Amino acid sequence: MTAPRPILQLQGLVKHYGRLRVSDDVWLDVAPGETHALIGPNGAGKTTLIGQIAGEIPSDSGRILLDGADVTVERPHRRVHRGLARSFQITRLIGGFSALENVALCAQALEGSSFRFLAPASRDAGLNAAAIAALAETGLAERADIPAGRLSHGEKRQLELAMALVARPKLMVLDEPMAGLGKAETQAMIAVLRRLAGQAAILLVEHDMHAVFALADRISVLVEGRIIASGPPDAIRADAAVRAAYLGEEV
Amino acid sequence: MSISARRSLLPLLLGAGFALVPVVTGGDVYTVNLAIRIMCLAIAAIGLDLILGYGRLVSFGHAAFFGAGAYAVGILSTHGFTSAPLLIGAAILAGAALALPIGAVSLRTRGVYFIMITLAFGQMLFFTATSLSAYGGDDGLSLPARATFLGTDPFGSPLSFHYVVLALLALVYLGGRAIVASRFGRVLRAGGEDERRVIAAGFPITAYRLVAFVIAGGIAGLAGGLYAEFTEFVSPAYLSWQRSGEFIVMVVLGGTGSLHGAVLGAAGVVLLEEWLAEFTEHWRLIFGPLLVLAALAGRDGLARLLGRGTR
Repeated sequence: MTAPRPILQLQGLVKHYGRLRVSDDVWLDVAPGETHALIGPNGAGKTTLIGQIAGEIPSDSGRILLDGADVTVERPHRRVHRGLARSFQITRLIGGFSALENVALCAQALEGSSFRFLAPASRDAGLNAAAIAALAETGLAERADIPAGRLSHGEKRQLELAMALVARPKLMVLDEPMAGLGKAETQAMIAVLRRLAGQAAILLVEHDMHAVFALADRISVLVEGRIIASGPPDAIRADAAVRAAYLGEEV
Repeated sequence: MSISARRSLLPLLLGAGFALVPVVTGGDVYTVNLAIRIMCLAIAAIGLDLILGYGRLVSFGHAAFFGAGAYAVGILSTHGFTSAPLLIGAAILAGAALALPIGAVSLRTRGVYFIMITLAFGQMLFFTATSLSAYGGDDGLSLPARATFLGTDPFGSPLSFHYVVLALLALVYLGGRAIVASRFGRVLRAGGEDERRVIAAGFPITAYRLVAFVIAGGIAGLAGGLYAEFTEFVSPAYLSWQRSGEFIVMVVLGGTGSLHGAVLGAAGVVLLEEWLAEFTEHWRLIFGPLLVLAALAGRDGLARLLGRGTR
């Protein structure tokens, strides 16, 4: 029996900024349903790599396959329609919209046309039901009517997750979802992500090693734009090169 | 009073106020004409508010679409067309058709560059109008006759003109409100707050902005067409950058992102100009600082407007 086709394949991805190779021949697979953590020291090129996967940053060479389709030159919003959802390292929300409307906005991108000009969107029962369900999954249902700008930092993180989730993505790319969270909030976020793990593959970029080892099925280590090791958590923990380059100080 | 109640009360009061102007003044021609002028400009300001107030795109070329509508009516009139639906329809179409290519090019830019490129297009069309020698060139063009509708004369008397424009203003206002609240409007509003977020949600934001830009152009064309019927005259001044600036002032003065605010802003600018001009011919010396104060005091000052995308 062959392994199922990966949901995401990066094949020799390269990105230069001037003479600096930020992504240097990156090869990476994410299997369906897998939680794959991408770790590495600051400046390793994690955020650039996410930008390339999402389509915001064009790649100089290499290929990106999403669910088997070559999306290397596809525009960001098209990739969303193929099942890619992302969260941002620094939360990006529509501050003037309620939590519900933020999620409903993402829901309407994938459900029906948004070139509708007359019916009020806030009374679209289908969108609202989908949004409430996603908010409930991330534990934010009771805060649905609060303007996003007035939510606490932890709640904003949960809201970003709900916005990714409502699209029923095949792959979620999460850029440091634990950043800035307190201990209890981190525990809650780990519990939420663990619950979601079955619904979509997750590419998790994270600095919190406790969270990484609690969640990841596999871990890849990015150092100076290159994947220096990739494997199950125990193998990564034991890898001498990884310890030398990165983990030594923290694990 | 709740916020939502206030939201619908003020527009109703405004509508009632305009409806009562001829009654209260006993049909005084000067006052009714002033109201007509305000309502024509308010229609254009509502169009601009869609892209500036909700989409947060500072278009400095709105007068071009207003002028396109005016010239459509002026040129067709000189060729003997008098049907009001045809002339007004042509005005809307002219504004929208012009907005499509201008928007398609301008929306490739952001922030200050968007302001500059829309200004440049506006100036280009201004000079095009001055060179239309067959239609008056610099001097402009007088309409040979006002439009008619099924044998009636809707623009013939100030009184019927007043109520026709009021009906169209109400239509544009209600249509604008529906657009803002719709799925389309939600995408447009969200894009005004955070473009990257909206793209990451799966929307090709430029396509939405272009449609909004074309709608705004069509609304400005309507306003320009009505204004041409009102003054029975069209000139390149209708497309001047000063008039584009005036539309921005109306929207900002009234509070961006509130459609009845655009109507209030139009009334404020026109009345202030009229009132100050009674005291001194140098009324702009007073008008300028008043605008600065309004921008500083307003919740949505110019700074926040221009700061779009940096948050």
